[in-house]
Formats: sequence, structure tokens, C-alpha cells
Amino acid sequence: MASPNGPASRRRFLKGAATGALASAVPVHMQAQDQDHEHQAAPSDAALRTKALESLLIEKGLIDPTALDALVDAFENRIGPRNGARIVARAWSDPAYRKRLLVDGGAAIGEMEFEGMHGEHMVVVENTPRVHNLVVCTLCSCYPWPVLGLPPVWYKSAPYRSRAVIDPRGVLREFGLELPDDVEIRVWDSTAEIRYLVLPERPAGTEKMSESELAGLVTRDSMVGVARVNV
Amino acid sequence: MNGIHDMGGMQDMGPIHHEQNEPVFHEPWEGRVYAMNRALSAWGKWNIDASRYGIELLPPVDYLRMSYYEKWLVRTIALLVQTGLVTQEEIDTARPAPGSKRATPPLTAVAAAANAIQRGNFMRPDAGAQARFKAGQRVRALNLNPEGHTRLPRYARGKEGTVTRQHGLFVFPDTNAHFQGEQPQHLYSLRFTARELWGPSASPRDSIHLDLWDSYLEHA
Repeated sequence: MASPNGPASRRRFLKGAATGALASAVPVHMQAQDQDHEHQAAPSDAALRTKALESLLIEKGLIDPTALDALVDAFENRIGPRNGARIVARAWSDPAYRKRLLVDGGAAIGEMEFEGMHGEHMVVVENTPRVHNLVVCTLCSCYPWPVLGLPPVWYKSAPYRSRAVIDPRGVLREFGLELPDDVEIRVWDSTAEIRYLVLPERPAGTEKMSESELAGLVTRDSMVGVARVNV
Repeated sequence: MNGIHDMGGMQDMGPIHHEQNEPVFHEPWEGRVYAMNRALSAWGKWNIDASRYGIELLPPVDYLRMSYYEKWLVRTIALLVQTGLVTQEEIDTARPAPGSKRATPPLTAVAAAANAIQRGNFMRPDAGAQARFKAGQRVRALNLNPEGHTRLPRYARGKEGTVTRQHGLFVFPDTNAHFQGEQPQHLYSLRFTARELWGPSASPRDSIHLDLWDSYLEHA
């Protein structure tokens, strides 16, 4: 059946990407420059193609390289699982906040004034002794960027994306988490623009800890649901 | 499209490699690719659904072989050419076309630093349509196999679940990805039992929850 979205569209779409200087070869005007760096480890093909594309886009005025610097800096230094950990620690310390967080995750996280929370559709799911939540995106790699930063490679990988929905207990076992049969597992497949954050269980022995001490215990993996929080 | 990207339920993909103390970007070029995507999306020439579909259009062998940011790189080049921001010849030569006018980048460093996350809002509360389904109702995901973009995974098609929450009206990816309009629809959270999806070997307690649009569903 002919379709405007079918295989012919794939060939057209990828034509620009699959051919040409940026696809695999080093552009002619960059080769001489690379010879000056023979003493260094050879940059990867992807690194060269990226550099060539960035140069072209700068020359055309399509991007400002200092804007790229700012974005990389934000994700390397400011936006990451520390944000999520603060939310979890507050929910553990403040029952009214925990309640708001579970009813309307977006609004309650918005109270924390993290950057990027505007317009974010967040649902927070709570782990208990009887229920364990696990987050995945089987179709791509959707992940709650504002509260956890960019996803780790394993979250984006075929093994995790394929098996989290069909064998969550096996996946958790690979992460070192063996759940008893009588614990209910809820897997959240992020098929739309709703983003999921797991509120892990507060570990025993933390009753006297301050909110910031608690935040220091909370790991990225516990907020995706592949680990527990340990003291 | 019933492509390789629709991975839920596949088996034998190998062990999960969990890296300790993983850096945000493993190499500097990954950060540049990520940031270029963000800076280029400020041109408003494409949307998040079109960019997801761009990844899905990679040949399956490349999809499995390439790293995440390699896929982003190839997808970005394809979108640039498709939308006319860059010509095929400019890609081929890695040089601006002779005599071409220099543009002004829409995303500045100040704006990028002030709002490093700008995912946009996909909710369209004023679109007006009535929700066909309510929390607690039994529904069935339709057996749909479109050749274009869809967010209805294969593993849920034809399966029965329970509506657990109405999310409201959201942009519909199946049209938006193809620049055929946002056509907002109600979005619901659905609970499927693991046994409904995977049969008797699955745990009787476990469930899988998906967010699905109105036109993917019918009353069970």
C-alpha cells in the first residue's frame, strides 16, 4: 500500500544524512587541520562529523556556539538527579508535601522552582512494602529531564527497553534487586509526554536525618525504580 | 510503523550494562550533538514527534548498531535537509552555498542558560473534545498498524485494560509527526495486567501502565 509515511519517505528523509561529507568521510577542508594532531588519539568518525556539522551551522548563522556551551554546561553541572533527590527527601520529611506530590506531581515539583519545570507533566508514583514501581520508555528514551537530567546509557539501551515490560522481575534481579512474589510491580511505559518519577521507600534508620542528609542518600536508580535507597 | 524502535516485549537483547559513575556525556561531541538539536529546534521547523519519527526512520541495522547520539546526529542532518534549513549540497560539501545569506541564530547563550530545559507544553485544554472514557472503565487498544509514527506499542494492540486516569487533551503525535497538525485528543493512563499482555507465565500481581490517546481505544 502506498503511503506518504512509508518506506519511500524513509529513503527521502535519510538522503541528506546517509550521503555526503557529513555522513562518514572527513570534509576536505578539515583534513589538513587533522594532520596537525597526529600525535593525539584519532577522533572518532562521529566526533568529526559533529564538528563538521557544527562548523557549517555556525557559518550559516543557524546556531550560536556559545548557546551550545551553555546547554552542555547546564546538563553537566546543574540539571541532574540531585534535583529529584531533593524532591524525594522533602516528601519523606513533609507529609503534606508528599501528599501534594502524589496528587499533582507537576505542581508540587513546580514549588521547588527547578529550571525547566514550567509546563512539565509529571506523575510521581510511590513505592511501598507492597508495591514497586519501575519506569521505562519502550518506544524511545523518554525520561524526566528536569528532575533526573539526561538518561544513562542503560536506560536507552535495547536490553532494558525491551525487557522491562515483559520481565520486570528479571530486569530488577540484574540490578541486584530481588523482589518477593507478593510485591506488586507496576511498570510505567512513557508512551506520551507524561513523565514518571518513582518516590522510593525511606530506609529504616534515617529517622534523625535532616532533609539534606536524606537527599544525599537518594540515587538516580532508585527514582527510576531499579534500586532501593540504602543507608 | 512496526519498526525496530518498538521494542517492548522483545527478548534476547542481551544483558543490561550498568556503568558506575557514568558521565552525562561520554565524549564532548555527544554534548555538542545534544545541544545542536536543542538550538536548532528553536527555529520551529519541526516538533518533538517529527524528531522521534526521524529516529524511527533509521534502517533497523543502523538503529541497533548506532549509539544514542549517533542516531541524533543522523536524524538532525536529515531534518535540516527535509525542512530546508540546509541544502543537500551544503551537507555534501560541509560549506555554506556560495552567496548564501547568513542567518541570526534564534537561541542565544543567555536564553539557553536561563532555560536549559524547554520541552514545551503539549497539553491543549481548550481543544474542546469530550473524553470518551472515564477512570475505572474497561477499554481495548485497537489493532492499528499505521506506516507512519504512532505511540501505540505493538505489545498493547488488541489488549484490554482499565482506564486509571484522564490526563486531558494532548497534541496527537500520529499527525503532528507528519506536520499534519496537532489534532489534540484526550490522553488516558491505562493499566494492563501482565497476564493480559504476556500470558500465564507472567506474575498475577504485576501490571504495565501506558498513556494512550483516545483514537487508539474502544470500549471493551
